[in-house]
Amino acid sequence: MKISFLEGSRAIAQTVANIKPEVVSAYPITPQTHIVEDLARFKAEGKADYEYLLAESEAAAASIVLGASAAGARVYTATSSQGLLLMLEVLYNASGLRLPLVMTVANRAVGAPINIWNDHSDAMAMRDAGWVMLFAENHQEAVDLHVIAYRLAESTNLPVAVNVDGFILTHSHENVIVPDNKTIKKFLPDYRPAAGTFLDPQNPSTIGGFFTPEHFWLERQRLDTDLKKSLPLISNLYKQWKKILRTPTPSKINFDNGLVEYCGPSHPETLIIAMGSMAGTIKETIRDNKNVGLLKIRSFRPFPDLRKFTSTCKRIAVIEKAMSSGASGPLFAEVGSSLSNYKGVISDNIVGLGGRDVSLQTIKHIIKSSGKAGVKFW
Amino acid sequence: MNTSHNNLTPGHNACAGCGQLSAAQSVMRALDNDTILVSATGCLEVTTTAHPQSAWRLPWMHSLFENSAAVGSGIKAALKNKKKNTKVVIQAGDGATYDIGIGFLSGLFERGDDVVYICYDTEAYSNTGIQASGSTPAGAKTTTTPGGANEIKKDMLAIALAHGVKYVAQSTAAFPDDITAKVKKALQVEGPAYIQILSPCIPGWKIQTNEAIKAARLAVATASYPLLEYTNGRLNNSSIKDSFRAQKVEDYLQLQGRFSHLSRKQIANIQSQADKNIKIYKL
Repeated sequence: MKISFLEGSRAIAQTVANIKPEVVSAYPITPQTHIVEDLARFKAEGKADYEYLLAESEAAAASIVLGASAAGARVYTATSSQGLLLMLEVLYNASGLRLPLVMTVANRAVGAPINIWNDHSDAMAMRDAGWVMLFAENHQEAVDLHVIAYRLAESTNLPVAVNVDGFILTHSHENVIVPDNKTIKKFLPDYRPAAGTFLDPQNPSTIGGFFTPEHFWLERQRLDTDLKKSLPLISNLYKQWKKILRTPTPSKINFDNGLVEYCGPSHPETLIIAMGSMAGTIKETIRDNKNVGLLKIRSFRPFPDLRKFTSTCKRIAVIEKAMSSGASGPLFAEVGSSLSNYKGVISDNIVGLGGRDVSLQTIKHIIKSSGKAGVKFW
Repeated sequence: MNTSHNNLTPGHNACAGCGQLSAAQSVMRALDNDTILVSATGCLEVTTTAHPQSAWRLPWMHSLFENSAAVGSGIKAALKNKKKNTKVVIQAGDGATYDIGIGFLSGLFERGDDVVYICYDTEAYSNTGIQASGSTPAGAKTTTTPGGANEIKKDMLAIALAHGVKYVAQSTAAFPDDITAKVKKALQVEGPAYIQILSPCIPGWKIQTNEAIKAARLAVATASYPLLEYTNGRLNNSSIKDSFRAQKVEDYLQLQGRFSHLSRKQIANIQSQADKNIKIYKL
């Protein structure tokens, strides 16, 4: 398949169109707009068959695709920042009702102060909503994760958010292979929900009824169990898809199971843990470094087991673009809880808030100070 | 009256004599099996779907308090894409319609989605314990207006008409055949239709369990809440016009504990509003 030089938003929009959702709804917010503008244009040009509904808010956009999904349709929406927060009530609903929504989040800071640039504060606001949350490093991963997201969502009835760094990925151009519909179909069958699980006059069912305490907790427990059970599935689907769509990798990857990717020496002294596009910057920084490795988290929810990557390293430097003010960064909290027996030094490095540049120099400074534990802002 | 469908079965746990459930039965009589229902959060949802039971024989969905209009739009879009003509009927209370969901309803009207929206108007947040909503009429006592509500009741029919909604109607729980006929007409209209049904709430209005229908009848008889119908923006003749001689609003007000504190002057103000209704709606 051919390599194109595309804007990230265009690559995502083209991929989504090739996945053939049946209902698309969205509300404009920077930096998500290029994706949904492209989808509206494909429809207007007669190149797509989905229904495209204009929503009067993000809460409505999410509700429209939620309703469509409950009626058995494959759906798509995209948002960012304040829009994601306005959707939040619906997002909890989607996972609680076990509806396989797929959504792109063009990650952006959350105000105040108002700021339109990239960080992961928006995504972390939906951390506990019961969605699968995947993070892309580059355009190709963004494309791949959308295809995988649909297969995952529709086979588990779990909603999936694909996170792409706002501007850094959405507005930049890179070489990328966008799979056509024929290729996608080898991996993603048409969506046919089981009878009785959706709104169907032939099999009437009640969706979203009232749950008293003796029933409610069981439903929440089931959601947690199913999210955790999807870890091996995400891994398998990733591997399956990469056999179908082989793409060149820009740097040497030592390990990739879909959930996490490791780059670096086999026994690093310092292990960096990070998510999203800054993994590229980190790889570039540590390319010739014999002591530092990068563990990139692709699946933040469900959160994978990291123990086998950390058994020999002396220091762990979490680098993340969000802060749970008054405590630590959210990724640091996950790493700490996943590695409760870890004896080395763990530091939490908060970078890139509101679009602040994360440079090679920033990463070098973080590595240099990784012997000192605690939360640091860069 | 055709009751063979029995779309909303007995055994729900609404209050004895509930006006809303009675009105909902009249709505259900208009629907065939090829219909999907959406409910906003509220009494109708809570009292009919205590898991694992359900009183609904039609496919039914509830998502949130405010978003039933958008959920209905999404369902209709999915059906359209699948080339199915299944009808979508949304049911919500006045809090969901007049207040928290009004933006969603406006979006639905603007998109022109082919669904019927029913507002069961109990004139307060009944399910949370009778707090004032945008529909609570002036003077009515609620738990958040213990001295009586000051605000005027929002004119939702005018708001629907301002969006160009082709079928807009009003009824009350005391007129089951009128409700059923209006829902049937609404289903024939292409694009959105809005029907608002006054649904007396036993604890909210402080009436006896056998007085919901009486109150809903008096609301019409006193011209406080007339039976109305607009087709393509034009007011049709009132369905009870010929024999109509308005009773004094006092007959309607004195039945209800929520108005028991009203002064003569307040009652006179409410009477003048009813008098206006007679003129505006040519009753």
